[in-house]
Amino acid sequence: MNENLINYTLHLADNALILGHRNSEWCGHGPVLEQDIAITNISLDLIGQARNFYQYASAIMNKRNMSSNSSAQELDEEVSEDSLAYFRDSPDFKNILLVEQPNGDWAHTILRQFFFSAYQYLLFEQLRKGKDEQLSAIANKALKEITYHQRWSSEWVIRLGDGTEESRSRMNKALTDLWGFTGEMFIPSEDEIQMINKGIGPDVMLLKESWMEKVKEILSEAVLVIPINSYMRSGGKVGNHDIHLDEILSELQSVARAHPGAKW
Amino acid sequence: MTNDNSINKIWGILKDVQDPEIPVLSVLDLGIVRNVLIHSNGSPEIIITPTYSGCPAMDMIAVGIRVALEQNGFKNIKITTILSPAWSTDWMSQEGRQKLNNYGIAPPNPRQQACNNDLFAAAEAVQCPQCKSYHTKRLSEFGSTACKALYQCLECKEPFDYFKCH
Repeated sequence: MNENLINYTLHLADNALILGHRNSEWCGHGPVLEQDIAITNISLDLIGQARNFYQYASAIMNKRNMSSNSSAQELDEEVSEDSLAYFRDSPDFKNILLVEQPNGDWAHTILRQFFFSAYQYLLFEQLRKGKDEQLSAIANKALKEITYHQRWSSEWVIRLGDGTEESRSRMNKALTDLWGFTGEMFIPSEDEIQMINKGIGPDVMLLKESWMEKVKEILSEAVLVIPINSYMRSGGKVGNHDIHLDEILSELQSVARAHPGAKW
Repeated sequence: MTNDNSINKIWGILKDVQDPEIPVLSVLDLGIVRNVLIHSNGSPEIIITPTYSGCPAMDMIAVGIRVALEQNGFKNIKITTILSPAWSTDWMSQEGRQKLNNYGIAPPNPRQQACNNDLFAAAEAVQCPQCKSYHTKRLSEFGSTACKALYQCLECKEPFDYFKCH
């Protein structure tokens, strides 16, 4: 039971960390100053959410390690938010593939954010009503921030889709490239199924309809059309990642691994 | 000192602990101190809550509180961060709102009349902290810190920060 809760919490944390890191790659490179600030603010929110989830996961893991077979575990270092973010390898990460996709151009980044924020909003609305107090508190706190992310990214999808010929063609390209990564959100992993049974997390399959409704609303305002017959990729939730995640981790973890335990 | 006296003294000290990003505000003005406790062994515990999940000032704020209390003779200080109930700008003190305004940052509107989430919303009526005009527009939802948005006054043309209602 605890193992499922730990994995589920890590899944939520990894989604937020990896997308937060991807967005942070825009720092200093945004198309205009205000939007550079916007995307990095969103990064900050996501990395903050990730920290809250990692702290919770590490607390459960330390408790488990203490109670089980203490002599064998004595040698193990305490788990912390940092050890979870910096010292796990790619197959240990449980984020969906969507969030690790490269930033591409502004259109790709915007659309990826919109798909994720629309999903995260629906998910956290349910999570906050769930039976796990800490997950509920983290979700409730994050929802206010996600509301901004969703509005901001929706506006940009519309602005670019219904914009110039150039922005429109870029949005269409982004849609073709990213659509196939949206299906994974709604296919529950074993851990997610266990959380449904415990009344902690929602059935992600049931979020799909509302998500599609939101996406159709925004895309139609943006005069964009959902691709048909797209093959849906999945596997991120169980650690089968693209090479993109290794690239992210090699940067994200390099300092911590070069100087383990360093303080500043 | 009795517990009540200690608690009152701590609240008094916290009045002078500044927010590192908006130094005109104290941690009490912001409404992020949720409780002050004295345990049976006499050690104080301060319960704080972050404004935003990723607020980078939280560590600094915790250090600021610890240092201020140590300077006033308190020992074994515990600072605990809680997430629930989630912080709201409705917890900001009236005094804090006034200080923000004087500092050149528009204070948050009350939640009931603001927080409009419509797309491209003709945003809230935010008053320019310089010339007091309501003829202002939102330049960006995100400003120089997580808690602020960027506005411009269409009368005096000055750009300014607005502390978002949250």
